[in-house]
Amino acid sequence: MSDKKEIVISVKNLTKRFGSRTILSEVSLDIYEGETLVVMGGSGCGKSTFLRHLIGALRPDEGEVWMFGKNIAKADEMEMDEIRKQFGMLFQSGALFDSMTVGENIALPLREHTKLDENIIRIVIKLKLDLVGLRGFENLMPSQLSGGMKKRCGLARAIVMDPKIVFYDEPTAGLDPVMTGVIDKLTMDLTKKLNITSVVVTHDMGSVFRIANRIVMLHEGRVLEIGTPDEIRHSKNPIVQQFITGGAEGPISFVQSGEDYLEHLTEEIEI
Amino acid sequence: MFVEAVGKNTHLLVRQTRDVLALLVQTVYWVFVGPFRGKPVSRKGLFVQTVFAGVDSLVIVFFVNFFIGIVLAMQSAYQLEQLGATIYVAALVAVSVTREIGPVLTSLVIAGRVGAAITAEISTMKVTEQIEALETLSLNPVRYLVVPRFLALLMVLPCLVMMGDIIGMFGGYIVGVYNLGLGSGLYMDTTIEFLTVKDITTGLFKSAVFSMIISMIACYQGLSTEGGAEGVGRSTTQSVVTSFILIIIADAVLTAVFYFAKT
Repeated sequence: MSDKKEIVISVKNLTKRFGSRTILSEVSLDIYEGETLVVMGGSGCGKSTFLRHLIGALRPDEGEVWMFGKNIAKADEMEMDEIRKQFGMLFQSGALFDSMTVGENIALPLREHTKLDENIIRIVIKLKLDLVGLRGFENLMPSQLSGGMKKRCGLARAIVMDPKIVFYDEPTAGLDPVMTGVIDKLTMDLTKKLNITSVVVTHDMGSVFRIANRIVMLHEGRVLEIGTPDEIRHSKNPIVQQFITGGAEGPISFVQSGEDYLEHLTEEIEI
Repeated sequence: MFVEAVGKNTHLLVRQTRDVLALLVQTVYWVFVGPFRGKPVSRKGLFVQTVFAGVDSLVIVFFVNFFIGIVLAMQSAYQLEQLGATIYVAALVAVSVTREIGPVLTSLVIAGRVGAAITAEISTMKVTEQIEALETLSLNPVRYLVVPRFLALLMVLPCLVMMGDIIGMFGGYIVGVYNLGLGSGLYMDTTIEFLTVKDITTGLFKSAVFSMIISMIACYQGLSTEGGAEGVGRSTTQSVVTSFILIIIADAVLTAVFYFAKT
């Protein structure tokens, strides 16, 4: 299915270490135009670090990240600025600037990077706010909004420059089920209506299977499995199965064996 | 153990000094080169920062300088009375306020009021991902956050010091005329006779240097914050303490330079 589509992001052998800890090791992955790719994995598996490499906030120790035909692992500040104008990012907390109103937040990229007329900017703000279902909110301050509204405003800001790719960092974390559904629907709508490529980092299994075209499972800094939602659901890998069913018993160990546990408890005691 | 701690702290100090200087270089770059790349300082940001750092600080700066003028006059009168030279209170107050006390105390007040606010604001932005959001919107945090604060303080602090100087001398005048019984005209004449333009420019030059210390330290501490609410608190304390220490050190160095240059 995805063979004919164009590759927009290509990650090759991405490796990242913090001190002596290896966070990502040899992650390779292609992301195709117009698809919704979900990156999932347990806490600390490196999925946020992976996302930070895609937006150019971190540089890899080894490997390459190609986006729009440029290797952003080696791009300089000016090139990076141009690449960044072509994608949007929804942060976990929305990351709205709290000294500005909602409208000013959304208009900021337009005012800084374009020479659009102020009247047109107003219209664009209204359009984007309508798209995320927040008509008439432009004069409120971010502190007056609920968590879900902040995320939706953050999404409106992320798509204000009409990006080709939108990155989502845990878009549904901490939201109630209805709001989770709303955000999921927004993600799907944007992908369909505007042909935006979406990369979603999440561990909310409900939304993973609702929105994903393809799923990548990261585990301990490596790609464990890539596939369509059906392939992942019927995966034979016990780690994947434990993750999607949420069982406490399994290869992702939480409880240690009796002997290890005794050793751990007594390791600093001198007898 | 002790050697290790000394080494670690020296290493940290060297790294931080290097980072602050790098930030200063970037700031100066954006001030001068930014406009030619079509990315000048946001006028609105500069205006907001100027009002906050300048206009809103007037009352506290006046208050501090006025009382320092009074204290200085009374303290020096106590000594000069024994020599029968009370009239020199005017000269002493004028010179020490303009050269030393005015710039230093005003800068310390601004470091506490404005520097702390800058660090608290920027570090909160850092821990709530707002700095990262700026970067993904292709907005350089140095240009967008640091430059307006740097320029605002650089413009505003010398102005505040100048007004503080006048208020400080006025404090001395009140004591001289209403407490020591010196004639109003005589007090003003003596002040003008002993005060040189060089005294005032020395003070203003110092305050410009102090303003750079305050803005650079405050922004650096803000941008390098890590670790949530606790990190914000720690950075803000660090910012004020470091600014205080550096202002005092810079003052000593500059005073020595001006003294040996025989100005």
